[in-house]
Amino acid sequence: MDAVLYSIPYLLDGLGITILVSLIVVALSLIIGVILGVGIIYGPLPLRLLIRLIGDGIRGIPILVLIFLVYYGMPALGLNLSSFWSAVTALTIFKSAHVIEYVRGAVLSIPRGQMEAGMSIGLVFRERLRFVIFPQAVRRFLPPWLNGVTDAVKGSALVSLLGVVDLMHAINQVIGRTYEPLPLYILGALLYFAINYSLSTLSKVLERRYSYIRE
Amino acid sequence: MSATSLLQIDKLNKSFGENQVLTSVDLNVVAGEVVTIIGPSGSGKTTLLRCVNFLETYDGGSIQIDGREVGFTDSVSRKRRGEADLAGMRAETGMVFQSFNLFPHLTAEQNIMLGLRRVRKKPHKEAREIAQHWLARVGLDHKADSLPSELSGGQQQRVGIARAVAMDPKVLLLDEITSALDPELVNEVLDVVRQLAVEGMTMLVVTHEIAFARDASHRIVFMADGSGRE
Repeated sequence: MDAVLYSIPYLLDGLGITILVSLIVVALSLIIGVILGVGIIYGPLPLRLLIRLIGDGIRGIPILVLIFLVYYGMPALGLNLSSFWSAVTALTIFKSAHVIEYVRGAVLSIPRGQMEAGMSIGLVFRERLRFVIFPQAVRRFLPPWLNGVTDAVKGSALVSLLGVVDLMHAINQVIGRTYEPLPLYILGALLYFAINYSLSTLSKVLERRYSYIRE
Repeated sequence: MSATSLLQIDKLNKSFGENQVLTSVDLNVVAGEVVTIIGPSGSGKTTLLRCVNFLETYDGGSIQIDGREVGFTDSVSRKRRGEADLAGMRAETGMVFQSFNLFPHLTAEQNIMLGLRRVRKKPHKEAREIAQHWLARVGLDHKADSLPSELSGGQQQRVGIARAVAMDPKVLLLDEITSALDPELVNEVLDVVRQLAVEGMTMLVVTHEIAFARDASHRIVFMADGSGRE
């Protein structure tokens, strides 16, 4: 019990980093994924193929490999990123590839006539997306995306392998000092669970909120 | 060929791959005229209509509304109009679809207001008044706040018509607008169209309702195998 009490300030610091990493990754991957997702649906053929190729490639690589690839590969390209930003970059690339697929699935589920109705009243492409397609697609997008957000939180534990002191790394550091792995891992698991359980609860609330369109 | 043609289609060609759908179609519609296109399925009626507001690109020939080429900057260079320009041209034609294509996340009133707000740049209040005016005209003023899923097919299609005419288009295109309706709902929709015809709305109508074509339109064009005869 002493070990647990002793660990708390360290774990909270680590938890802060875990949340920070997750937030950055989720926000960046959302922006990149939505842009590329629109590109893969409406872009010219070469662009569609390119996004498809890169997306499929990334989703076919284990996230751990991707993290090391970025960490060791970026300096070779002349980019020296800290281990924090290497980890964030790798996770963002990985998540973006998934967001592309969520966007694609959600947007393609909207009947073609919706785009045409938007065209026929004279909306430009951007307006058709904003006022016609996205408001309808968001309902299909949210469940897999929020699922992906919890994956991002869990996946962020891998940044500890680059020496970033996130929740996972903080747990290991405390264990290194106290030699009491079990209670600390249980505590860590509970913290991860607390975050992800709140997220999945939020996801249920949002799904209900967006369920106004009946089919 | 009349100089006062509002809609002028010349030698229009369109094919989907190997399949030639429209072969040198000519059609002129003057302002206030209602022209009905009938013909067997697959004769290119709907494709012709969709070319008029450039939901389909055409391969050859020309479509002009009020003297302006529809999808291209001119029929000779066939340079496609830019997105904003194209949207502006499309707003000149109103389209009512067979499957309604109302926006399911918006109420009846909001469906009509979207184009008025974003394309016609009307202030909210004015857009709302126009929407209410047209909802009343199609007999649905009490359904302004209903979502499309809360309306019957006939009601949805009447909102579809209101959405198109509220934009004050030069030509209204009706694409088999009663084909997806139960028979008892057909008349409430056609009554609205008849009334618009009486008021002088220029319309190009694709329909299977022969009786309607006979008594509501000025001219009937019969299409077969991608070309038209009057």
